[in-house]
Amino acid sequence: MSHKKFSVINTPVHNIDGIAKVTGRATYTFDVTLPGMLYGKILRSPHPHAKIVNIDTSRAMELPGVHAVVTGKDTLGIKQGIWRRYEELCDEQILPLEKVRYIGEPVAAVAAVTEEIAEAALDLIDVEYEVLPAVYEPLEAIKKDAPTIHEGVERNVNVTRHIEWGDADEGFEEADYIREDWFKCSGQHHMCMETRAAVSSFTPEGKLTVWTSTQSAYYHQGLLAGVFGLREGDVRILAPYVGGGFGGKFEIDSAQFCSGVLSMKLHKPVKIVLTREEDFIASKRRTPMFYYVRTGMKKDGTFCARESRMFSNGGAYTGMGATALYLSGFFHSFPYKWKSYRYDGYRVYTNTMPSTSMRGFGAPQAMFCSEQQIDWMCADLGLDPFEVRRKNGHTEGYEVPGQAFIASCGLEQCINEIEKWVKAKGKLPANRGIGISSCGFMSGGIFNWFDSPYSFSSAVVTINVDGTVGLHVGCQDIGQGSNTTMAIIAAETLGVKIEDIKVHSGDTDHCPADLGAWGSRQTLMAGNAVKMACEDAKKQLLEFAYAEMGINIVYDLDIKDRWVHIVARPERGLPYGDLVKKALRGKDGQRIMGRGYYTPHRKGMISPAYSYMMQAVDAEIDPETGKIKIHEVMTAHDCGQPINPLGLIGQLEGAASMALGYAYLEDMPFEDGKMMNPNLVDYKVIKAPEMPKTDIIEIDTYEPEGPYGAKEAGEGLTNPTAAALGNAVFNAMGIQMKELPLTPERIRTALREKKEQEAQK
Amino acid sequence: MKKQVLTFKVNGDEYEILIHPKTLLAEAIRDHIGLTGTKRGCDTVSCGACTVLVNGMSVKSCSVLAIQCEGMEVSTVEGLEKHGKLSPIQRAFLDNGSYQCGFCTPGMLMSSTAFLDDLAGKKPTEEEIRESIEGNICRCTGYNSIVRAIDAVAQGKYKEE
Repeated sequence: MSHKKFSVINTPVHNIDGIAKVTGRATYTFDVTLPGMLYGKILRSPHPHAKIVNIDTSRAMELPGVHAVVTGKDTLGIKQGIWRRYEELCDEQILPLEKVRYIGEPVAAVAAVTEEIAEAALDLIDVEYEVLPAVYEPLEAIKKDAPTIHEGVERNVNVTRHIEWGDADEGFEEADYIREDWFKCSGQHHMCMETRAAVSSFTPEGKLTVWTSTQSAYYHQGLLAGVFGLREGDVRILAPYVGGGFGGKFEIDSAQFCSGVLSMKLHKPVKIVLTREEDFIASKRRTPMFYYVRTGMKKDGTFCARESRMFSNGGAYTGMGATALYLSGFFHSFPYKWKSYRYDGYRVYTNTMPSTSMRGFGAPQAMFCSEQQIDWMCADLGLDPFEVRRKNGHTEGYEVPGQAFIASCGLEQCINEIEKWVKAKGKLPANRGIGISSCGFMSGGIFNWFDSPYSFSSAVVTINVDGTVGLHVGCQDIGQGSNTTMAIIAAETLGVKIEDIKVHSGDTDHCPADLGAWGSRQTLMAGNAVKMACEDAKKQLLEFAYAEMGINIVYDLDIKDRWVHIVARPERGLPYGDLVKKALRGKDGQRIMGRGYYTPHRKGMISPAYSYMMQAVDAEIDPETGKIKIHEVMTAHDCGQPINPLGLIGQLEGAASMALGYAYLEDMPFEDGKMMNPNLVDYKVIKAPEMPKTDIIEIDTYEPEGPYGAKEAGEGLTNPTAAALGNAVFNAMGIQMKELPLTPERIRTALREKKEQEAQK
Repeated sequence: MKKQVLTFKVNGDEYEILIHPKTLLAEAIRDHIGLTGTKRGCDTVSCGACTVLVNGMSVKSCSVLAIQCEGMEVSTVEGLEKHGKLSPIQRAFLDNGSYQCGFCTPGMLMSSTAFLDDLAGKKPTEEEIRESIEGNICRCTGYNSIVRAIDAVAQGKYKEE
């Protein structure tokens, strides 16, 4: 536990980009206009699976105002993917040469002087398709006689993942009670307020600059250089303000790729912004998953064994979906000490839009199954769900066999706090229940399927003569406030004020490489790099301070609130600004510069650190309509040392709204491969009136691997909510919900089935 | 259809622009006048990112033809700040962390401003505050920090500077 007194950390501050955002000054890719810029539009496949026999672009080219029409033949035809270390998983040509594999897949793109002309030109492109049989569900696609989606991929199995420790067969033999269930977890759309967008500008020097809405400028630099046959250093990615990401904006999208192809052909800037409908049907989505879960428990609630099989709907291509397959299987074991655990995951290609990472990264699905089944088993055996979770939960110092080491863990305190809260609520009215769910999440992944030769995070800090600080980072602020978090860590470490720090990010030309915003990695990884860079710069300053102050070398010097001083005698010192001026002269005028980096080593298979949490959802169900009303969500949360308290509350409340949406509102129904609700009228997200009160209890822990003891916050809290709501419905109505989202129709059906079963008895 | 001249005021300045009659107000503001603070997040009048005030009423600017605003006064997010001083609701958004990615923020601020102006000092219920931003989608914050900001201004915690 940390008892250090901080100057800047854990004090509420305005986000450093706040004024830009509340005054309309913040410009997004959506707002970028360049001189001579053309507008691009993309023609998309109406078929879920078809051979491209011929594309005739001649009529479109004749339309006045059209500058270029491109198809797969205008590309290098490189198959790309973000798992670029594994060639077989690089399976997507964004303008495919031979066939289309989902409705909405790009087949051609147009650049014209206006968006209207580009749109009109799409109607003049003649594509001849040979329609092929298609398959949409993983359990169908895996059958022997299913259509082949990728040549040579047997039974459409894209990736498999096996995780095992202990002897599960032995574990089940020891169990007093075994239960098995099938679950169906739906997809979900990231639905960023800013749709995918890019402005590409290729100039005669052979250099490409791309302004884009991205979660990782560095990934896009590497990926776009790869598909365009350019050197990485010749591709500059600029990420202006980014209108949301949530896991959906770090693979190449069609706006980036097609604008790049068009710009390279024309040597003019080309802007493509996906419409909301395009963003829905042809970006990517949370991975839909079918889970078979078998769990063995002793009479006293001790977990003996778990064996799970998962089949995910991978859609047409791999992308980040491979990571979701692994992480889902790992977090399905969380946050418990399983003596034996066996998971087999199968990611299956189908003729639907590809699935990928989304906030929670496979864990919300895994927890929906696991945490409900645990409650049902507790009910079957007459056990207390809090007690069973405490008995089996992770504790500090635990090692997930062969997978992970838990250095800090506040799970037990989380369970205790929520138990108190639930009990204080007392007896609830009819048709109302509280459900609980616990879980944990990673603080950045340690895997390197991207094959980055750079450190996972890097930072460079420079101190100017007036004491102001330039902080250059590669981590990406997508609204979660990472620039503010980095500024806080820098100000704390250097002993200056937050307003002294200017953060530079989102520009591959001027910022060091960093893997970017995914898997809750930036606070820990980029935070460590920033801390190291600032310590490096501070050390250089303090060397001058020792000489300047002429003090005994056994004394420790430090800087706090712009005051350089002897730690034991804080009144003895000199102003930070004076020291900087002198230090500069002492270095022959060289600016003070610090460098920092972070790459995890010997931290297991998944992540250097894990957050823990328990959530309770208080919900009421209308037995006639099946409609759910959420009264309150309460969360106890261990994220180590909070850095930015206002940002933390925002992350947790935001996670609750997205996770509630996943639990009971957001659905992506498909018919014959076609998404039926690709607009914001029919795709229901939480709005202000439905949003319940969401309070948070922070549990005080200290994570030794994190900067100042910090670890993950914000993504992990997407994980427990669907399960907690499912458990609330179970406690209120006695029905077991095995399919997401918990729509009124599904609840009515479950209630009717329950009634019928009771009548039979 | 022939282009037409539209004369209207935006944030107190008079503009005369030549537009196609089917130009949307959102397009006139962003593409003709160049005020890109106003955003667009859908094509179905669902998200509220493009909310502006027309003669003091909150309007989704993607649902109105620009030409309908002849002679009217339009206010956008850029008009909330006066001589470098932020308006009460802007300051309340900062203090409450009522924005994350910021893409919905301009529309959210304009809906809030219209709601607060209409209150004329009356104290709203939480339900009324929530209903006032029902037409604005925010994917990041979960709305509660926005509700807290609007409430703080309605309770008189922020004065015009």
